[in-house]
Amino acid sequence: MESTRQEQTHYYVPAPSRWPMVGAVALFCLGLGAAFAVNGQSPGSLLLGVGALILIGMLFGWFGDVIRESLAGEYHGKEDSSFRWGMGWFIFSEIMFFAAFFGALFYVRVIAVPTLGDMDYKLLYPDFTASWPLSTGPGITSTYQAMEAWGLPMVNTLILLTSGVTVTIAHWGLLRGRQSQLVGGLVATVLLGTIFLGLQLTEYHHALHSLNLTLASGAYGMTFYLLTGFHGMHVLLGTIMLAVITVRAARGHFGPTRHFAFEAVAWYWHFVDVVWLLLFFFVYWL
Amino acid sequence: MAMTDVQQAPAHHHKPSGWSRWLMATNHKDIGSLYLWFSFIMFLSGGVMALCIRAELFRPGLQFFAPELFNQFTTLHGLVMVFGAIMPAFTGLANWMLPLMIGAPDMAFARMNNWSFWLLPPAAALLMLSFLVPGGAAAAGWTLYAPLSTQMGIGMDMTIFAIHIMGVSSVMGSINIIVTILNLRAPGMDLMKMPMFAWASLITAFLIIAVMPVLAGVVTMVLTDRHFGTHFFNAAGGGDPILYQHIFWFFGHPEVYIMALPAFGIISQVIPTFSRKPLFGYTSMVYATSSIGVLSFIVWAHHMFVTGLPATVQLFFMYATMLIAVPTGVKVFNWIATMWEGAMTFETPMLFAIGFILLFTIGGLSGVTLSVAALDIQLHGTYYVVAHFHYVLVAGALFSLFSAMYYWFPKMTGRMYNERLGKFHFWWSMVWFNVTFFPMHFLGLAGMPRRIPDYALQFTEFNSIASVGAFCFGLGQLIFLYNILTSLKNGKPAPALPWEGADTLEWKIPTPAPYHSFVEAPQVEADHNGSIVSMHGDKHH
Ligand SMILES: [Cu+2]
Repeated sequence: MESTRQEQTHYYVPAPSRWPMVGAVALFCLGLGAAFAVNGQSPGSLLLGVGALILIGMLFGWFGDVIRESLAGEYHGKEDSSFRWGMGWFIFSEIMFFAAFFGALFYVRVIAVPTLGDMDYKLLYPDFTASWPLSTGPGITSTYQAMEAWGLPMVNTLILLTSGVTVTIAHWGLLRGRQSQLVGGLVATVLLGTIFLGLQLTEYHHALHSLNLTLASGAYGMTFYLLTGFHGMHVLLGTIMLAVITVRAARGHFGPTRHFAFEAVAWYWHFVDVVWLLLFFFVYWL
Repeated sequence: MAMTDVQQAPAHHHKPSGWSRWLMATNHKDIGSLYLWFSFIMFLSGGVMALCIRAELFRPGLQFFAPELFNQFTTLHGLVMVFGAIMPAFTGLANWMLPLMIGAPDMAFARMNNWSFWLLPPAAALLMLSFLVPGGAAAAGWTLYAPLSTQMGIGMDMTIFAIHIMGVSSVMGSINIIVTILNLRAPGMDLMKMPMFAWASLITAFLIIAVMPVLAGVVTMVLTDRHFGTHFFNAAGGGDPILYQHIFWFFGHPEVYIMALPAFGIISQVIPTFSRKPLFGYTSMVYATSSIGVLSFIVWAHHMFVTGLPATVQLFFMYATMLIAVPTGVKVFNWIATMWEGAMTFETPMLFAIGFILLFTIGGLSGVTLSVAALDIQLHGTYYVVAHFHYVLVAGALFSLFSAMYYWFPKMTGRMYNERLGKFHFWWSMVWFNVTFFPMHFLGLAGMPRRIPDYALQFTEFNSIASVGAFCFGLGQLIFLYNILTSLKNGKPAPALPWEGADTLEWKIPTPAPYHSFVEAPQVEADHNGSIVSMHGDKHH
C-alpha cells in the first residue's frame, strides 16, 4: 500500500465477469419497459420492475466483487488513482447533465418568455405577460402559485450544508483513526440526507395540492420539477451510497490511507450540495 | 516495495474460451474486437437504409416507400451510422490499440469496459425494433428536432431511451479511455511524446463526457414534453422549439469532432509510417487538436442561421466557426509536410489516408462555405449540406477507419490482408464515393431540399448518378468484408514489422499481439508521436 506509483509495475485486471452482461439485460428491460410505460401499454411497468430488480442485483453483485477485491488487497496506488480519475470524470458528466437543464431554465427566462411578450407576438397571444413565474399562455390551463424560497427550501439548504459539514467531520475522524467519529459523522450525514428527502417530498405534496403547481404549469413548473426532481434523485442515490459506506466504515473497511470509496461518495455528496445551492439561488430565490 | 504480493496475485487469467470469452470479456483486445464487429454490422444496417433512400431517389416521384417510411430511413440511417457505426468503431480501435501504443496492461476499468460495449446491442435493438411498432421508427431526422419529435408514436420513445443507453455506454467508454491514458502510460511515455492517436482519443473522450449528458438531457425534455405535460419546446407554455436546437447542437457540434478527431489521430500515425519520416510538427498537432476541441463548444449556432438569431449572434458564430479552419488547416499542412520528400509507398492504409486528406479537405472547405451565414441561409436544409457532411463522415471518418483496419490488421490477427483486394477496395470506394456525393453539391446549390422522398424533374440526372454511385459504393464494402474474412483464415502470416516505417510501441511487441500484453509496464524511451527509441522490461503472455 505504501508503494508509490513509480514502483508499481503491475495493474489489477479483473477476471471475466458476468455483471456487465447482466447490467446490459437490465438496461434493455428498463429502456423497452419505459417506452411502453410512458405510452400506458401493459407490459411496460412489468418490464420496468424486472429491469430494476436485475439492475439492483447487478449493482450488489458488481460492487460486492469490487469490495472483495479491495479487501483482498488487489488495489494499490495505480488502481487507486484510476478510481479517483474515474469518479472525477463521472461527476463531470453529471455536471454537464444538470447544465442542460440549467441552460433550459436560463433560456426560457432570459430569451423565450421575454420574446413571447414582445410586440411581435401580441396578435398571437394578446393576454400574454412576460412575467416570472410565468402565469399566462394558452398552454397554462390552471392557475398556480410559485414556491416560496424562504420556507422549506431554506430549511433544506441548511440541512444539506450541515450534511456537508458532518461528512467532513467523518472524513477527519477517518484520517485520524477515530472510528466513532467516522461512523457518527456518516450516520448523521445519512440522517440529514433522509430528512432532506422527506422534506422535499413534503414540499412536492404542498406544491401539488396547495399551490396547484404541476409539471404542466408552463415554463416555471417544468423547470422547477425537472431540476429539483433530478437533484432529488441524486440526493437519493447519494444517501444510499452514504448508507453503504456507513456500513462498510462500521465494519472497519477503511483506514487512514485507504478509503477511496469513502472519498468518492463524499465528493459526490459535495457535488449534490453545490447543485442544490445553484438550485436554491436560480430556481427558488431569483 | 510492497509489490511482491501483487506479482503472485492472479492479475491475469488464462484465455477464456467459448461464449463466456465474449459475454464476460475483460480483455481489451476481445472487447475491441466486439466493438469493431458490432460497428461493422451497424455500418451494413445503416448502409442498407441509405440504399433504400437512394433507390427511392433514383427517379422523381414515389417509387418504393411511403414518405413516412422514407423519413424513418433517413432518421435511422443517421442515428445508426453516428451512434452505432462510427463512434463504436473508434472506441473499439482505441480499446484495441491504446494499451498497446502507450504500454498499458489493459484498459483502466476492464469490467466497465465490457459494460460499455454490451450496452450497445440493447440500444441498437431498441432502435431497430422501433420499425416494427405502431407508427414506425422515429421520423424526425437524426437531429430529432422538436416539435416533430414531441409528436410521433412509441418509436420516438424507444429512440429516446436508446439514446440514453448509448449515452451511458459512450460516457463510460470515454472515462475508461481518459483514465487509461492519464494513469496507465508506461514510464517514459510522456504526454507530449505519446502517439497522436492517443491524443486524439483523449480529447475525443473529453468531448464525449462533456456533451453526451447534454444530449441525454435534451431528449429527456422531449420525453417529458411528450408524456408529462411540460412545455420545454412549446411556446404555449413559455417554451421554445429553438431551445431544442440550441441544446441539441451544443451536443451536436462537438459530436462532429467526436467523429473526426480520432480520424485525425489515425491519419497522424499512418502518414508518417508510409512516408518513413517523423510526423511534421507534432507539438503543433497536439495544440491544434486541443484547440479544435475547445472551439467546438462555441460554434453550435452555425446550424441555426435560419432560425432568426440576432445578427450579432450570427456573426459571432460565423467567425468562431471559421476560426476552426485554422487548426484544421495546421493539421492538413502537417500531414502534407510529413509526406514532403518522404520515401513514400502506397499500401492500402496509405491510400486510404491520402484519400482521407484529399476528400476531408473538400468536406472541410464546403464547411467553411456553410459557415458564412449569408450563404448558409441559402444552402441550409439542401443537399449541399448532405454532400458536405458525407465528405467529412464517409471520406473522413470511414476512410480513416478503413486505413486503421488495414494498418493494424496484421498486428491484431498475425495475418496479412490481401493487398490487391485492399487496393481495389480503396479505388472502388474512392471513385464511387465521389460519384455518389459530388453531384449533391450541385443539387444543393440548385436548391434541392434534403429529407424529401420526391423532387422536381430538373434534379433527375444528378440523383440517378448519385444512386448508381451509392449502390456501387455499398457493394464495394463487401470486398472489405470478404478480404477480412478470408485473410483471418488464410492470410499470409504477418512479419513482426509489416510496415518498414512503423516505430510506435505496438510494433515493438510480438505479432499477433499477445493476449495479455505489457503485463509488466515496460520502460520506454520515446520520441514525438510515440515513436520508440528504446524499450526494455516488457512482459506478455
Ligand atoms: Cu457544427
